[in-house]
This record gives sequence, structure tokens and C-alpha cells, in this order.
Amino acid sequence: MAFVLLRRLGQALLILLGVAAITFVLLYALPADPARMIAGRSATAQTVASIRHELGLDQPLIIQFWTYLSGLLYGDLGRSYAQKTEVWTLIVARLPATLILMATGITVEVVLGVTFGTVAAVKRGGTVDRLVMMASFVGVSAPQFVVALLLLYVFAVTLGWFPMSGYGSFAHVVLPATTLGVLGAGWYARMVRSAMIDVLNQDYVRTARAKGLSSRRIIFRHALPNAILPIVAMIGIDIGQFMGGVVVVEAVYGWPGIGQLAWQAIQQVDIPIIMGVTLTSALAIVTGNLLADLIAPFIDPRIRTS
Amino acid sequence: MLRRWLLGTTTAAAIMLAPPAVMAEGKDIVVTYKDDIVTLDPAIGYDWVNWSMIKSLYSRLMDYEPGTATLVPSLAESFEVAPDGLTYTFKLRKGVKFSSGRDVVASDVKYSIERAVDPKTQGPGAGFFGAINGFEDLTGGKATGLAGIETPDDGTVVFKLSRPDATFLHVLAINFASVVPKEAVEAAGGDFGKKPVGSGTFVLKDWVIGQKLVFEKNPGYYIKDTPKIDGFTVEVGQEPLVALLRLQKGEVDIAGDGIPPAKFLEIKNSPDGAQMIVDGEQLHTGYVTLNTKVKPFDDLKVRQAVNHAINKNRIVRILNGRATPAKEVLPPLMPGYDSDYSGFAYDVAKAKSLLAEAGLADGFQTALYATNTDPQPRIAQAIQQDLAAVGVKAEIRALAQGNVIAAGGTEGEAPMIWSGGMAWIADFPDPSNFYGPILGCAGAVQGGWNWSWYCNAELDKRATAADSMSDPAKSGDRVEAWKKIFTDAMNDAPWIPVTNERRVVAKSLRMGGENNIYIDPTRVINYDAIFVK
Repeated sequence: MAFVLLRRLGQALLILLGVAAITFVLLYALPADPARMIAGRSATAQTVASIRHELGLDQPLIIQFWTYLSGLLYGDLGRSYAQKTEVWTLIVARLPATLILMATGITVEVVLGVTFGTVAAVKRGGTVDRLVMMASFVGVSAPQFVVALLLLYVFAVTLGWFPMSGYGSFAHVVLPATTLGVLGAGWYARMVRSAMIDVLNQDYVRTARAKGLSSRRIIFRHALPNAILPIVAMIGIDIGQFMGGVVVVEAVYGWPGIGQLAWQAIQQVDIPIIMGVTLTSALAIVTGNLLADLIAPFIDPRIRTS
Repeated sequence: MLRRWLLGTTTAAAIMLAPPAVMAEGKDIVVTYKDDIVTLDPAIGYDWVNWSMIKSLYSRLMDYEPGTATLVPSLAESFEVAPDGLTYTFKLRKGVKFSSGRDVVASDVKYSIERAVDPKTQGPGAGFFGAINGFEDLTGGKATGLAGIETPDDGTVVFKLSRPDATFLHVLAINFASVVPKEAVEAAGGDFGKKPVGSGTFVLKDWVIGQKLVFEKNPGYYIKDTPKIDGFTVEVGQEPLVALLRLQKGEVDIAGDGIPPAKFLEIKNSPDGAQMIVDGEQLHTGYVTLNTKVKPFDDLKVRQAVNHAINKNRIVRILNGRATPAKEVLPPLMPGYDSDYSGFAYDVAKAKSLLAEAGLADGFQTALYATNTDPQPRIAQAIQQDLAAVGVKAEIRALAQGNVIAAGGTEGEAPMIWSGGMAWIADFPDPSNFYGPILGCAGAVQGGWNWSWYCNAELDKRATAADSMSDPAKSGDRVEAWKKIFTDAMNDAPWIPVTNERRVVAKSLRMGGENNIYIDPTRVINYDAIFVK
């Protein structure tokens, strides 16, 4: 077990290194010259050259990458070109909002998805099943900004139940988390439904029924735990996605998450921020998957033995 | 069971609901922007959002009367210009203090400008101070200061110039000339932009990154009864549409990003619409550069032809009428604008005949570069269609801004560039600001901003002569000289001037003041002058 964990950690580090290398090369291969963007319209060629030197952009790419990596070892992500603030400070400032939205968004989508997916599987073929599947289809295909604006208009502008925008109280997180949750729930509902249908057709479920167990007990004790495994893996992926920022939802609700930081940095060719956000979200994806893999044996003992 | 759960959660949510934020009473106002504030460092900040905040956080030797382009001494009490225009002597106002409590002295002025020019600062403002003695030594790393700034005593600053510069007083009024205390810059450890200390009308009280900035009035500001509000909170990350909804509900006083196109008519036609919309001209010209070093735009007739081919009224409609068709380089508000100049009228037949004269009756293929954020690609498409109507097939290359700028500054690369999103908005209200970097020979270099690569040595000479006329008594002659320079430049048609865009700001009914302090020609929102009714 310890060996497996070590091997997975090693793999995770390699993946992060790969992400860093690829992002770095791609960003610096762009024709846009950060020094020129910084120096502005009235700059002389000499000023641009001096700024390029200050940023170390006149060094060969491999040396620049090496400098960046050695900074990373000390937790130094560099300074933003446009803001001059440490990238770490900017990311940390937005981390709580990102984490809160991630946790609440995933909670909403899992609760909705598992509930409706189970109901649909149990009532498969019936009206409820068809309604749930239709709703989940709408959920997976509806554009985020439409749903976000719709919820905002109904619940914040017209009914006034929630604040329109911002961050700080529980009320602020309800609409953004619901938007993400409702849209994401569609995936979960479909997945849970098909997993549940598989399980419900298994022999041990038939045996349980034959023994005369209540259907509630069959679903909650025997079927659902066996159908939950793909959900754990999917949560692992979602953690990464949410950490990379959910730009649209953040923008509509004025949510100060990491997505807005990344979006603005891209506009400004602010490479250190883009690098920092990319690495943070890569780290989150890797961690999320690692956690999902670690949790799996506890949910399904069969994995432990294999 | 499911229904019970749903009911349970909605009630829980309803109970836990905090009441939506209500605007504080009194003279504190709320301003919103979509983008985060990049920096409040006056040597770094160079976008139209932080520009107005930096103006109000710091003071400069010179400033403008609110809502106008009229220069007035500010931190300076008085100044003298030597007859040769090479020496400027400023006497500082006495008793002005930084928000840290220390007096502002002459060496602070010297330090601040040197800091703006020093490449180590990595700021965009260095070029403005090019006339000060010792400029090249500092930008080239041969000196650590500017020899041309002297401080004989704490109350006197003397500037020695290497060439006469009639715009020098404007230069001392731009944000890059803001006065900062050295010890605060050093204490901030490279992040002065988030920990600003100045001597302006407001002080930054709090900055929650990604959320809000709280500005409070500086009670000791040296001009009486300024500012007129007690403070303002800038909320960032606010989608313009949502900001407008909040403004209508009374949660917001100024929606800095204006009114989204979809809501414009609704607001305009609403009962209070007229009082909420501030729609003002700014010193902006949007243009298409025609690369004089790329065939067939090296032929004047071709450049004239495409000038006649563009239907500018249609582009104005794409911009929801928030622009006027442009005929010349300078925007109408700029001194030197030639209201008699007729420009190139929209005339497809004439465009075709000019192309035929150039031997291109069947048209030609070319490329049009534009930035990839709305509405620029749509405008590029309109231009593309207009060109197609005269037989010119232009392929659109919509790229990120940095890549368009890079293409423009590479010789022989971009035949045409639509400037939207990067267009020239004047740094200060003087016509020369529209020449040097974008039409002069100095900008027609690798990495420059003269994307037409237009270089007319004779015009350059006249431009230098005009900028040497620093005697205020001759300012009328100087403006006339500039007017002629731009008309003559247009005879060579290096640009298609397309639009002069207006800016729109939405404000709540309780905000008072004329439109020109919400769209101030030199600072956009003038926080010093706006007031609550």
C-alpha cells in the first residue's frame, strides 16, 4: 500500500513537471512580447530592451525555465508582470472563494445527481425516469451563462431572496453553487442511474429481495454503495475543474475566484499569473484523482484485494 | 422524502439569508468595474480604470481644471519657463503632506519621476519624459538618476531639458509624474501598487484583492472643499449587466463599465434614463492602419481607394451609435481638430476607379488584423465586407491583443490592422500626442506603434518645430501648425480614420455634477469633483 502511494506520488510530480514545461514553452512561444506590453506605447527601444533584461527574458528559454523551477522549489511563483504583486499572494487571496464555491457546487451536484439518478433507476422506464433524464439532458447541455443569468434574474432581481453579486455570507454562495450544481447534477444523475441499473440487476440484489428485505434497505444498503464508485472518481475530476476556475459563473455573480484572475491575466499576457493558475489547477486535478484513488478501496473492498 | 429534503433546504436557505447589502447612507458611494484593479502605482498603472483612481490618490506639479483640458498648477504654487524653453522652475506649495504625515519636498518630485523612467520600475511611462536631460543615461542603465532634475532647496524643482518640449507641462500632469514618498515605495517591497501612499484627494483604506477597494477622503487636501464625497468603494469583478441591475436597485452609484448594448435602449427610454446615462466624447480615434511598406499599400492610390470604400456609418451602428464617424486623425475634442476637413467620403465608385488607376481593377488579396474580443471581430467583418464590395479580399486575423501589437511592430508583417481595443486615446489633451509614436518616423521601427510604417521626414521636421514652440503666447500658432501636419498626413492616407468612440457611464439618480466630470477628458471619472445631491 505504501509502495503504491509512493509510486502514485512520483507520477503526480512528473505530471506537474510536464504541465509546467509545456505551459512554459507554449506561453513563451507566443509572438507577444511581455516587455513591450509592459513598456507601453511611448517606450523607446532602449527602454524595452532594459525591461526585457530586468525580467530575464533575454536569457535562453531553458535557463528561464530552470530559474522558474528553482523558484518553485521555494514556493516562489514569481511576480505578476502587470501588477508587480507576488503571484502567490494573488492566488492565495482568491483561494478561499474558489474552495468554497468548489465545495458547495460539488455538494449540490452530488446530492441532486445521486438523488435523482437513484430515483430514476428505481423507477426506470416510468414517467419519473423520463422526466429526470430529460432534465439531466437539459442540465448537461444548457450554457452556464444563460442559467446563471436566469437564476440571478429570478431569485436576486425579481424575488430579492439573494444578493445579486459578491462574496462573504452564505446567501452569496447559494446562486453560484446552485448554477454549477444544477448543471453538473445532470452528469451525476445519468451516471448513477446507469450504475444503479447495473447493480439492481445483479444476483445478490435478487437474493436480497427473495429474502424479503424492504426495497429501501436494498437500495441504500446493498445497491447504492456499489454504484457510488464512479461518482467518487468524477468528484476527483470536478475538484480539478472547479479549481481551474469557473470563469462564467464567477463573472456573472462577481465571485472573486481564481477563474477571473486567470482570464484577466490572459488578456494582459501576464505569464507568471497564467503559469501560477495553471499549476495550481494541475495540482488540484492530480490531488483530486489521488484522493479518489485512495478512497476507492475503503468504499469497495474488492479493490483492496486485487 | 425527496420533497421533504428540498423543502428543508430551501427553508434553511431562507432563514440563513442575510439581507442584501444596502448602500451606506451619507456621502460614500459605490463604483463597480468588471476587471480587477491592476495596480495603483502611478509609475505602472496605465489603463482607463485605474487611471482615474491614481489621479485622485496622488498629486502632481500640474493638473487640469475639472472637466476641461485647462492646465493649472497643483502641487506647484507657481512656475516659470525660461525664454529658450529649456528650463522650467517650479515653486512647491507649502505644507502639503503625504498620507503618511510627512511633508512633500522637492526631492520627492525628483525621485518620483526618476522612478517612472527607471527601467527597473518596469513601467509604461518612461517615454513621456524623453526631453529631460539625462534621459538616455537612465534608460540605458548608465546613470541612476536624471541629471536634468535639480532641487536647489526643499521648495524648488528645476527641470533642464535637452530640447524644447511644448507639451512638457502636460507631461507633468500625467499620472506617471505623480509624487510618491521613497520610504513608502521601499517599505512596500516591490508592491507599492497595492500599498499606495500619496498626497491626493483620497487615501486607500482597504483593498480586498479580487473584491473591493475602499477609498477615504483626505481631510487635509490642499484645495478647499475638495473632494466633495466622503469616500468611494470600488467593487470589482462585477459583470456590467449585473452592475446595472444593482444600480437600478440603488446598490450602486456608478457603473463604470457603462451600459451593455442589450440594455441601452431600455435604460434610455425609461423615465429616469436621461439622468442615469452619461454619454460623453473622449479623445479617441479608431483607425485602420495601411502598411505603406507592404504591397499594394505602398501605392497612394490604393490607400485612397480603401479610404473611400469603408461605410463608417454602419460601423457606428455596430457600436450601437456610441461613436461618430471619423474623418481625420485627431478626435473632435482635441485642439487642432480641423472641422473644415472633409476627408474621404464613402464612395464605392470612386474607390473602384482609384483601384483601376492603380492597375488593380480586379482587386487584390490582403489581410486585416484585429483583436479577438467583441465587438472588434464584428467590426473587422464589416470592414471586410466593405472591402469585398470594391474587389479587395481581406482575410481577417483575429488574435489576442499582444499578438496583434507584435505583428504591427514587425516590418512587412501586417498589411492592415483595425485598431479597435488598442486604439489611441490621448494621454494628454495635446495634438502632438497623436503623432510621434503612431505616425512619426520614430514609431516606424521594429517593435514600434506606427503600424502604417509611415515615415515622412518633412512632417517629422515640422512636428519637431511645432513642439519647440513652448512659449505659451504662441500656443495658437502651434495648434495651427499641428492642424496642418495632420491634414497633410491624411493626404498620404496612411490610415483609414473610422470612428471616434464615446464613453458611457451609468450613474444613480443621487449623483450630481455635469457630464464632463464623469467622462473627464483627462481622467474619465473625476472623483475629486463628483458629488452626492
